[in-house]
Amino acid sequence: MQIIAQVLFLVALVAGIGFFIRNIRRLVRNIKLGKEVDRTDNKGERFAKMARIAFGQSKMVKKPVSGFLHVIVYVGFVIINIEVLEIIIDGLFGTHRILSFMGGFYDVLIASFEVLALLVLIGVIVFWIRRNLLNIYRFLSRELKGWPKNDANYILYFEMVLMVLFLVMNATDYQLQLNGAPHYASEAGITGAFPISQFLLPIFDGMSNATLIIIERAAWWLHILGILFFLNYLYYSKHLHILLAFPNVYFSKLRPQGEMNNLQSVTDEVKLMMDPDADPFAAPAEEEEGAEPEKFGASDVFDLNQVQLLNSYTCTECGRCTAECPANQTGKKLSPRKIMMDTRDRVEEVGEIINTKGKYEDNGKQLLDDFILREELWACTTCNACVEACPVGIDPLSIILDMRRYLVMEESAAPNELAIAMTNIENNGAPWPYNQQDRLNWAKEN
Amino acid sequence: MAEALKVPTMAEYMAEGKKPEVLFWVGCAGSFDDRAKKITKAFVKLLHEAGVDFAVLGTEESCTGDPAKRSGNEFLFQMQAATNIEVLNGYEIEKVVTACPHCFNTIKNEYPALGGNYEVMHHTQFLKSLLNEGKLKVEGGKFKGKRITFHDPCYLGRANGEYEAPRDLLRKLEVELVEMRKCKSNGLCCGAGGGQMFKEPEPGNKDVNIERTEQAMEVKPEVIAAGCPFCNTMMTDGVKGKNKEDSVEVMDVAELIANAHDL
Repeated sequence: MQIIAQVLFLVALVAGIGFFIRNIRRLVRNIKLGKEVDRTDNKGERFAKMARIAFGQSKMVKKPVSGFLHVIVYVGFVIINIEVLEIIIDGLFGTHRILSFMGGFYDVLIASFEVLALLVLIGVIVFWIRRNLLNIYRFLSRELKGWPKNDANYILYFEMVLMVLFLVMNATDYQLQLNGAPHYASEAGITGAFPISQFLLPIFDGMSNATLIIIERAAWWLHILGILFFLNYLYYSKHLHILLAFPNVYFSKLRPQGEMNNLQSVTDEVKLMMDPDADPFAAPAEEEEGAEPEKFGASDVFDLNQVQLLNSYTCTECGRCTAECPANQTGKKLSPRKIMMDTRDRVEEVGEIINTKGKYEDNGKQLLDDFILREELWACTTCNACVEACPVGIDPLSIILDMRRYLVMEESAAPNELAIAMTNIENNGAPWPYNQQDRLNWAKEN
Repeated sequence: MAEALKVPTMAEYMAEGKKPEVLFWVGCAGSFDDRAKKITKAFVKLLHEAGVDFAVLGTEESCTGDPAKRSGNEFLFQMQAATNIEVLNGYEIEKVVTACPHCFNTIKNEYPALGGNYEVMHHTQFLKSLLNEGKLKVEGGKFKGKRITFHDPCYLGRANGEYEAPRDLLRKLEVELVEMRKCKSNGLCCGAGGGQMFKEPEPGNKDVNIERTEQAMEVKPEVIAAGCPFCNTMMTDGVKGKNKEDSVEVMDVAELIANAHDL
């Protein structure tokens, strides 16, 4: 019997991890659909930023209530996973609490897992209440209707169930140890300390060892299978941030937020135009056969860079960006969170086509218009509030700017008044139609 | 009628074979917008008061390209940048001060990669440095004790991390500095950035400047201080929209200092 359980466990473990690796490969492949961007500079500064913002959660706690709860769930998640290590070893080798040789320290570990499990349970319940019962602005946006809302709730239910299973597993294990059941009881006395699950003992009072073992094994199996399932649910959910927050912050922009990149292709053109030695009759430089001229800006995910696509997968749809967005607060259609969700949904759609057909074949859709509307793009004030608000270093503004660049430079589709302002800049060096020769008139006026 | 301001140009300096210590980049709003021109003049008066050796480009100045870039017209931006950098480098400019956070951000952050490397300061930073060097006295005056709130310009604050220079100057005026619910890195935009100044807002249920003005009104200020000509326009319109123009003034930090000195 025992050996069958061990084999089944091995199969589940290999399948779970194998599937996870397949998904991670797809994720990397999809991110690489974007353009390369060099973020290999300033490694020290990048590590420090990652330690501060991703590991240290420094931006999370700017909203004290949700930030504090998140820190609890985050710390609980990381620490309780040490227990998973023991579960895996026990599962593979049929041992019981293999790490208990650590003695007193083991008791401290198990006790702290239990306390954290309770805190996580409470935190997750409060999260559920915030999301479903309190009218919190950022949880009511139209882009959260349907799957995103369900996804968020599924994760909360899932974590509740996992924590309860963990505590039930410990409680029954403790009861079996008290009963002196073979395999569970140890001559050295009780292994582990159960400050929380001891309060569950009355539930199991009077049950036979056989029943207790069934409950304990069921909880143990469901707990570990649940974790393996969760690992693989990540890819299909907003919950990827638990992994991607770290690289995402690492690769985020270090320059002042107000600095927007200068397009090199445009610089080359401008230099050529302004070069007095350029031969006006020169034939265009020989280009490779069929080489397309570089496209300005972005109309689809292929035109974005890899960091922007990583951003989209990292987004956990918390909506702090949208809550701070001046356009969104005043009823405009723009929501920076939707920009990120749309980008991810489009790159996933492209990835799905590659999964089934081996390569991307045009499905008649693109990011612009089919996902992100022009009206959203033109509502942005480029104020950087969304970038500042993001707890994991996502830059929705860079995508908005790249898409505006496409609209203006490829389609000449700027809103009329903006087109007029640009014409003015071109003609008289100011966005208003004033003569450049009048620029110093203010000095003579009183 | 007061005497006309003395505003030397780079061309004049060049003709005399001299170089000023700093170039005052006036910007389009500061040059043409009637409200912003007052800020420009107030700042020039302070420069004279502090004995700063400065000049302007005058008719040789052109839009930095900020609204074009943020509207997506990278091509027009880089054309403007190339022309301006050629002029600035031609005069061997080393230090630039401007009263417009958009010009400030663009010249400071986006010109270097295109060949324009200067020390760039926002006028509140520059005034603070004059204060620190003892060249400019900022103290008390007619705004002493007045309830003033400072609206952070996005391109000075979040974009470049400068929150304290304007506030330090206001404190020196011994005003009662009150902060809005949304301030500093959480400050709400006035609604003008990203080219919005030059277009109608997209459909919504409110204008951004009204929302921001309401936030300012919550702290019941006598003056809303600004550090950007566009914010100034937006907040002034917001105050008018609330019919509060008789009780609440919108003023640039430079104007507050100049007025406090009766310049």
